Amino acid sequence: MRKVVLSVLAVLVIAAIVVTGSVISGNTNSAAGSINVYNWGEYIDQSVLSDFEEQTGIKVNYTTYASNEEMYAKIVSGAASYDVIVPSEYMLSKMIDEGLIAELDYDNIPNYQYIGEKYRGLPYDPEEKYSVPYTWGTVVIVYNTKYVDEEDVADESLELLWNEKYAGKILMFDNPRDAFALALTRAGHSMNTTDPADWEEAADMLMAQKPLVQAYVMDQVFDKMIGEEAYIAPYYAGDAMTMIDENEDLAAYVPVEGANQFVDVMCVLKNSPHKKEAEQFINFMCETDIAVRNAEEVCYAIPHTAAFEELDEETQEDTMVYPPQEVLDKCEVFTNLPPETLLLQSDLWIKLKTTY
Amino acid sequence: MTKSRSVEVGSKKVNLIPFSGWMVVFVLIPIALVVYYAFTGVDGFTLTNLKWIWVYRDTLWLSVWLSVIATVICLLLAYPVAYMISRAGEKMQRNATLFIMLPMWMNFLVRTYAWMTILENNGLVNNALRGIFGEDFAGLNMINNHGAIVLGMVYNYLPYMILPIYTALTKIDNSLIEAARDLGSGAVQVFRRIVLPLSVPGIISGITMVFIPSISTFIISKILGGGKDFLIGDLIEDYFLGNSGVVNYNIGAALSLVIMVMILLATYLMNRFDKDAKTSGGGIL
Repeated sequence: MRKVVLSVLAVLVIAAIVVTGSVISGNTNSAAGSINVYNWGEYIDQSVLSDFEEQTGIKVNYTTYASNEEMYAKIVSGAASYDVIVPSEYMLSKMIDEGLIAELDYDNIPNYQYIGEKYRGLPYDPEEKYSVPYTWGTVVIVYNTKYVDEEDVADESLELLWNEKYAGKILMFDNPRDAFALALTRAGHSMNTTDPADWEEAADMLMAQKPLVQAYVMDQVFDKMIGEEAYIAPYYAGDAMTMIDENEDLAAYVPVEGANQFVDVMCVLKNSPHKKEAEQFINFMCETDIAVRNAEEVCYAIPHTAAFEELDEETQEDTMVYPPQEVLDKCEVFTNLPPETLLLQSDLWIKLKTTY
Repeated sequence: MTKSRSVEVGSKKVNLIPFSGWMVVFVLIPIALVVYYAFTGVDGFTLTNLKWIWVYRDTLWLSVWLSVIATVICLLLAYPVAYMISRAGEKMQRNATLFIMLPMWMNFLVRTYAWMTILENNGLVNNALRGIFGEDFAGLNMINNHGAIVLGMVYNYLPYMILPIYTALTKIDNSLIEAARDLGSGAVQVFRRIVLPLSVPGIISGITMVFIPSISTFIISKILGGGKDFLIGDLIEDYFLGNSGVVNYNIGAALSLVIMVMILLATYLMNRFDKDAKTSGGGIL
């Protein structure tokens, strides 16, 4: 009965939306010769999109998200249909497990040959069936050298985020996975731990940090750090580079305790009606000159060997973007957390936000 | 005769179809879905979702409290403005209402982001103050707190308070005021005994139209509140989008239901209060 009621209601809503949608807009999105790309915000050189449209005649509808969780919720709600998405590795694992991701036809992606050996067959896609890595990097701590004393950053530690001296000038991730990873690392636990006690301990740390935090942000971090509204923020390495380019007083380090290392990958959704065009897009993104342009714009480390060769030396040798192996050894890649741990994470995060 | 009337009735019926269709699809069905989700869980019908209303009572209380403050401030600001406009010449009235609507031509998000650059520590206001008091002036702490959230609500929803009050005031028959004057009432007494009671319907609409979007907002608290403290709208958004890691439509729907019930209750009480002054109109809701 429940299912019947629900499906009747759902059909009515969908029918109504389709009818009004096609009357009003002519329903352009599902026309052949266009693809829907869903990527992180500030994560592409926008001009490559028009190049792709010019070269192939395929129109790109480009939309962005601020976190893996936001992207995932949008996809599973069925509210919109996308062809290409760029999740991080742990989210890809989850989505493969749930049967949401299509197997790629690598014959359509000849440029996959440029992907470096050490970025292939990683645990999230061991048989190289679903994904093409886009960029990778680590989480770093960005700080402003004008306001943060040298002795406070000398040890390159996570403690800076809990330093009361900078109360009101510290920003924090506005997504629980990244925020808890910092606290779990500080407490000496794995960021993939499933032990509730570890999570509780990390939650206490975040609660203790809350009075020091100016704001919980994602993409707003750019404005606030570049404009010197805040002095300290943890963020992704490539974005940190972008901030440093804009404000030369900014600097960053990979914390000695370790940090999250991530790989963001391009993949195609199983229900994509334009799989071939989607693969064409992924291949285009791996053209050497396009990959170079993207890398120069977004500043993240790239797994594309030919494009890496063409980057300027300064970037190639930047240890923040391409950390040396001994630093990477301390970093940890997210795994897909089991449902009960996700539930605990959600409860603890909401508790943090609803404790006034 | 009978025939032509039935045709007329028929055509009226036809004209109602688009509107009622719209109401069914975009109002009734969504409400039905909210109610459905609020009372179901993995095992079918359940009342357990409602316990979250108690769990999040502090959040609910904070949302109500901030919305009430915003509504009161809006009322205090809007009434004199609406009154002055309604007493002005026709051309002035047209221009003034235009200027009140003008900010609404801009996107709500853009306007709210603009406040961020105004209120920040390195924002317009503090930099201007530094110009006056010298570079060492520490700056006023105006953003990422509850005050900034209230400000965002007041700024964004103030027009919805001014316009209905203004409409109610312009509908007051001037001869009533003249009669009161003739019979010896002073300005204060005219206002208290004639103008104010006759503008109550506008005040009621204004309060409803400010309070409802305030209590359900989630983006103002995120942008101007620094994302530190959830309002009830943030909580609902979080449960529907799963930003915290878990998507739970049932809890989200249960919390939405509380807001809907509270709004219905508030509207009902308002209408009860309104019943004496029904005739002068001006209500938008």
